[in-house]
Order: sequence, then C-alpha cells, then structure tokens
Amino acid sequence: MATIPANEGFDAHDHAHDHDHDHKPGFFARWFMSTNHKDIGTLYLIFAIFAGIIGGAVSGMMRAELAYPGIQYLGYFAELLGTANPSFDEQLHLWNVLITAHGLIMVFFMVMPAIIGGFGNWFVPLMIGAPDMAFPRMNNVSFWLTFVGFCSLMFSAFMPGGTGQGAGTGWTVYAPLSTSGSVGPAVDFAIFSLHLSGAGSILGAVNFITTIFNMRAPGMTLHKMPLFVWSVLVTAFLLLLALPVLAAAITMLLTDRNFGTTFFDPAGGGDPVLYQHLFWFFGHPEVYIMILPGFGIISQIISTFSKKPVFGYLGMAYAMVAIGVVGFIVWAHHMYTTGLDVNTKMYFTAATMVIAVPTGIKIFSWIATMWGGSLEFKSPMVWAMGFIFLFTVGGVTGVVLANGGIDDNLHDTYYVVAHFHYVLSLGAVFSLFAGFFYWFPKMSGRMHSEFLSHLQFWVFFVGVNLIFFPMHFLGVQGMPRRYPDYAEAFAHWNWVASIGYVIMAASIAIFFINMAYAYLAGKKAPANYWGEGATTLEWTLSSPPPFHQFETLPVIDDAAHAH
Amino acid sequence: MSLADTARTMGKAIRTLGVVAALTLGTQAIAAAPVAPVAAVAPMVTAPDSGAPAADAVAVTVDKGYYVPMKPTPGKGQPVANGWTFQDQYADTGKEALWMHDVLLMPVIVIISLLVLGLLLVVMAKFNKRANPVASKTSHNTLIEVIWTLVPVLILVVIAVPSIRLLAHQYDPAPKGAVTVKVTGYQWYWGYTYPDNGGFEVVSNMLSHEDALKNGEPSQLAVDNRMVVPVGEPIRIQTIGSDVIHAFAVPSLWFKLDAVPGRINEKVLIINEPGVYYGQCSELCGARHGYMPIAVEALPRDKFEAWVKTQPGGTVGPAAKTAAAPAAPAPVADSAPAAPAA
Repeated sequence: MATIPANEGFDAHDHAHDHDHDHKPGFFARWFMSTNHKDIGTLYLIFAIFAGIIGGAVSGMMRAELAYPGIQYLGYFAELLGTANPSFDEQLHLWNVLITAHGLIMVFFMVMPAIIGGFGNWFVPLMIGAPDMAFPRMNNVSFWLTFVGFCSLMFSAFMPGGTGQGAGTGWTVYAPLSTSGSVGPAVDFAIFSLHLSGAGSILGAVNFITTIFNMRAPGMTLHKMPLFVWSVLVTAFLLLLALPVLAAAITMLLTDRNFGTTFFDPAGGGDPVLYQHLFWFFGHPEVYIMILPGFGIISQIISTFSKKPVFGYLGMAYAMVAIGVVGFIVWAHHMYTTGLDVNTKMYFTAATMVIAVPTGIKIFSWIATMWGGSLEFKSPMVWAMGFIFLFTVGGVTGVVLANGGIDDNLHDTYYVVAHFHYVLSLGAVFSLFAGFFYWFPKMSGRMHSEFLSHLQFWVFFVGVNLIFFPMHFLGVQGMPRRYPDYAEAFAHWNWVASIGYVIMAASIAIFFINMAYAYLAGKKAPANYWGEGATTLEWTLSSPPPFHQFETLPVIDDAAHAH
Repeated sequence: MSLADTARTMGKAIRTLGVVAALTLGTQAIAAAPVAPVAAVAPMVTAPDSGAPAADAVAVTVDKGYYVPMKPTPGKGQPVANGWTFQDQYADTGKEALWMHDVLLMPVIVIISLLVLGLLLVVMAKFNKRANPVASKTSHNTLIEVIWTLVPVLILVVIAVPSIRLLAHQYDPAPKGAVTVKVTGYQWYWGYTYPDNGGFEVVSNMLSHEDALKNGEPSQLAVDNRMVVPVGEPIRIQTIGSDVIHAFAVPSLWFKLDAVPGRINEKVLIINEPGVYYGQCSELCGARHGYMPIAVEALPRDKFEAWVKTQPGGTVGPAAKTAAAPAAPAPVADSAPAAPAA
C-alpha cells in the first residue's frame, strides 16, 4: 500500500531518481485525470461551491418573486433564459423549473459532493492512516460522472419541457407529471443527470466502504475510528442501498416517457403511487445521507474545541447506524396524503417518531462532550454550536410532522419547507461551514481570518433564521409550497423571508472575502493549528499534507489514541 | 408493494399493542382508502378549456334566485394577515388535531428546543477556557445515557397515543346515506360531481384578482363555482386525478387528500357550521398549480337542496338515485328540515 500504482502512467519513469514526496503530475494530468484523493476532494469542494452559487442564485430568484404577492419577475427571468415574450403559462412553468433546479442542485450537486465527495475524500484516508482511497481511478470516475450529471441538468433548462423551457417537475419527479405531463427532452435530461450523479455516488460509496474496511492503519479497529469516518461508512451503505432504487424508479420514468411502458400509468395497469414508494424508499435515506457526515464533522469539532474525547463514543457511532437502519423503514411518511390506509399510516407514524431517539442521543452526547470541557470558541466551534441548536429546532418540527394526523394539514405546506431547510440548509450547511473552517487551513496551508468567519457566522445565522422561521407561520396558516403567487394574507412573512435572503447573501460575500484574504494574506498554517484537542491523524501531517502521505503506515496504540 | 404490505401488517401489530388497544377498542376505524382502483379516468362532463375565462358563471347562479353565493366571513376558513397559528378549525377531527398540536406537541417541542438552548448557554458560561482551564476526561456515564434514551421514548409514547387515536378518528368511514362528492383534479381546475344528486359536475375555476375583490373574496382563493355541501352531516369526499396528481386541501377543515389518476381516495368530512372554507391544490401539478384554489361552501340542508336544484339535472332525496321514486325526506338529515323533492 505504500505506492500509488495508478499514477505510473504519468510519472513512473521519475520514481527511480525522485524521492520528493510532493512530486506532482502536470496540470492536466493532475486535475483532469486525478487519482489523488486530496486533489479529487478539492475538485469536489470547488464544484460544490460553484453549484451552490447557482443553486443559491436560483433561490434568490424565487425569493425575489415571492417578496410581494403577484407575478413580478418571472417574465423577465424567462426572457433572460431565452424564452422570447413568454406567455403566462411559460412564466409559471419557469417557476416550477426554478424549484426543481434549486432542489436537485442543492441535494445532488452541492451538499452531497461537498460533504461526501469533498470532506469524505480528503479526510477519510487521512483519519484512518491510509495513503489514498482503495480505488483511486474509480474515485476520479465518480467525480466526473457527478460533473457531467450537473451539465445534463443545466442543459435541460434550455430544452422544451412541456408548458415551457426546462424540467418543471419538482425534485421528486412525481409521475404522471414527469411522464405524460411533461412533453419534451428537458425532463429526460434532468432524469439522466440523476442517473449520472447517482452512478457516481454508488461508485464513491463502494470506494469508501472498501477503503474503510481494508485500509485502516495497524491498530485502528472499527471502534477506534474517528466518528467522521464512522459517519461516512454509514452514509456509504445508505448510498449503496438507496441509490439503485432511485435508479430503477427513474429508469422506469424514462421508459414510460419514451418507450411506451406503463409502470406508473393507470391506463396500462400501472400506479403513480408506486413511483412515490420507490422514490421515497431512496429519498428518505437520502436526507440522512446528507446529514450523517455532518454529524461526524460536528463530533470531531466539538471534541477538538472542548479538549475532551467524544462523550459516549460507542453510543454515538451506533446511533448513526440506528438512524441509518430506521431511515429505511419510514419512507411513506412523505406520502401521508396519497391515500394510505389507516394501519399503514399508524405504522409509519410510530416508526418515524422512533428516529427521534438516536437523534436525541447525539444531541445530548454533544452537549455532554462539552460539559466539563475547556471550550475555545474558534470559528468551527461556533458553527458547530449553531448547528446543534438549529438542528434541534428542525428536528422537533420533524416530530410534529411525523404524526400522520397532523401532517394532513401540514403536508406540502411551507411548514415542511421550513422543517427540511432547518435540518438541511441550517443543519447540513452549518456542518459544511464548520468542517470547512475546521479543515480549510489543513487543505490549503493558509489560515483564514477568524474574525471574518465569526462575522459570517452571525450574519448567516440571522439571515437563514429570518428566511426559514417565518415559513413555519406560513405553513400553519396553510400556504402551499411550490407556489409562485399567494393570497394577500401571506404577504408579510414572505416579505420577511425575502429580507432574510438578502442578509444570507451578504454572509456568503463575507465567505468569499475570507477566502480571498486567506490566499492573499493568510498566515501559513502549521501542522496542528487547533492545538491539544485535535487528536486525529490528519493533525500529524503538514498543512497541506504531502501529495502522498503515510507511505510508512502510522501505528495506532491504545495509549496514544484512546477514545 | 410487498414492503408496504409488511408495513401495513406491522401497523396492525402496533394497533394490537398496549399503546392503542385501549383507545381503538370497538372503533373498527379502518376506512378503505383507496377504495377501489379504476382503470381509466374520463371526465364526466366536458369541462371548458381551462384557459377560457369562466367568471360569467357567477352571474348565472345569482340569476337562479334562491341560491346566492355566501359572502365569506373575514378570518374564517381563510388565512389571516400576519397569522402565525393554525387557521380556526370547523370540523371535529380538525379540532382534535389542533388540540393535539397546540396542547401536546407545541409545549413538548418548545421545551426541548429551550432545554437544548439552555444547556448550550450553560456550557458556554461554565466550561469556557477561562472559567475551566483544564478539561475533564469524562467520556462515559451509563446512567445518564440510559436516561436520555428512555425519557425521549416515554415522551414519544405520550405523543403516539393521541396521534394514533386521531388517525383512527380521521378514518372513520362515512355512514350509509352520506352525501357523496366526487372531487376531480384537472389541469388546472377542480370538478365536483354529485352522484347522489343527479350526477351533475360543477366546474370550478379561479376568479381573477379583480373579480375576487369585486366579490369581497380573497384573491388567489376565490372561485367562480364553489363546492356546495350540507353542513353538520357526513360528506363522503372521493378524490381522483384526471391527468396528473393534484391534492384537495382545505386547511380550516384539516383536510388534505391526493387526487391520483387511476384510483379513488375516500375520506369523510363533517363541517360544523355554515361558511365558506378556502383551500388550494397541494400537489405540484404543472404550470398553473398555484391557480386552482378550492372553495367549499357549507349550507343548511334546505339551502343545499335549493342549490342542487339550480344545477343542471340536480335532484334531491331518493329521487336522485332512481328518477321514478316518489318524493321522500332526505336520507341523512336528522337536524335539517327535509325539503320535498321538486
């Protein structure tokens, strides 16, 4: 395991007389044919930031339109995207394209690439003392499949999709709106983009599972693995089991659309609700795929800045396993209003509430980790503590929604939008920023500005809460989601949410200023810039780590690395 | 799906467990939804092109004399400006659900959120670097781990009991003789068919902003022809989609049921008092998803029957089902005076 044969084609002839560990291939070979887990992780992170800007801009278009009742900007946006003199229906269709694009981009091309592709690739091998991922070439394929998938989704926006340009089906792509309801190639391209990125994620999952099971440094048993590695391991299994179901479901969509099958068409004996069962059998594990690695990141950060080992390590690890397992048997709580029978609804109500137990264990264990600690409020810690509170707020509204009888009113309202943005936009994204500031100097070798990171935290915190908290009010008052226009009574809270968006956008500007500062004027980062609390293996390496690390495997002994 | 079957079986198992047993004994509340799959869907009445303005229908119904569309009461059956609570509820199951949310769920989730916030603040104050320079090495405490596993379980059981009971109540099947309204979702309007009253279909389109204001109704919610139903008696709502999936939803009646092509979903609805109750399509159904609102008008039985008679082919009483039968009192109306069939 000491050398990386995958690079031999490009630099093998150098090996004989080159003992510099930092020897890197040329630009094209390094970034377009990469087999290095750190470079691929960097590619994923850059890609995710880029996709996040687009997805965030899309939500800006939506918040602009929703700031006041009536249709103000959709016509302008439609013209901007190439529809000359858009009709009213074409303008409304654009709205559906925006909500679809925002959901797909943020789920498949921002959160997943950043948290699994980016941080997972970068730090799983480092934390388990491995020189690289198990299948370096496949790792590269994963990234480029994701990239090409994103291109496919972008192309779809400029193709006919029924009542207008682009795929306006919602990120859930429910049949029959996505089959007989949307004529034209846009939906095919959007579906194909899910195939591509899904294939990339499956390959990535195979890679992570193999790496974690086979390439841990001597002495690092499963029960000594850092919790971030545990979280990626559980996530990889969720990906491996859930994504093929999505692939099957959307392949059936494609054949229903193009080859005359009727899997989801009642006229041929099919059933539209079957699609929803298949989609949510994937879709519910998917939300844990997005948040579990965040749990892992938060555990590392809380432990580091409390200067304490994680409280209840085994409970924390197996709580994630439990969340992963139970996550597979609760899918129909997304379908309470489809006409499930009462016993099914009772089962899914009970099963869904069970998830609150392992999630509660995690929240309380994080707090117990801090209890008795010696807390340093460095930027990652501040983001992590913000995560704990906001994720709790998002979690408890999940308990409300779990009740099938309550969900009869809240289903498909803004309450649901508020709930899943609290756990994702405020949960997963806070963990992303926490992880980013935790590891950015390790990855880049440059220190970011702590002041700017703290400032960004507070501005972002105010902004996102202003966006999403009023959505609870809109939801209980009955405002349905995916609406471009609304009754006068909903105007006030929509306006507040749009103001919140502007504040949130300002915080993202602070982020980029911080990045510019780090690269232009940031101090060089030492190997372990967080001090005694940072005990995992990546802190034993330089910042940035050598191009190939651990050519001599580290040995983990009980005394040095006890949890 | 076999998985769904498994889930259903497990749901049955849960019902038999102690959690629910005491509550659902004897209720037999298993409504069959979906009732029956139907193969193909054909609109019963040729609906006007959805693009065509249908606002002049208002004038038509007014001309009939007896039935005059009710003026909505501000704040009833519709969202209120700056509102941040649920809409007032006008059905018993809605009141039960609202009670459960306001009295049980809200306190629990607020207390949990404040508890976590409070603990974070305590930790920040007591265990920051200055207050506590040397970190403890505690990493286990079995007792506390057992407590924070079991206490949430107990809280969830306390929530689950009324939650399961609420579900059972919501699925009480409609009694024999309940008025049936078949709700069909079209792109992008609603059709309300009354099979017990002659089988006519009311086609319901959204009113323009100007027309809504002219009528004194909320914009984006007002429609030309409402779904008129009798107040205080069970209504069997059957939903179906004609093209894609829609969802028939009325927040102030705590009612939401998807209208899926190829299947009929059924649920009972009892509205407690006369009024106009607005709702909106709640499943993404294409471009004008946001432009197919719902307005339910609940009237005393005599006025409901008068409205039925203004509809083409509308009949009341048993005559509605067999045209030759003589006039007789309406089947279900215990409280309402029975109007003789004309």
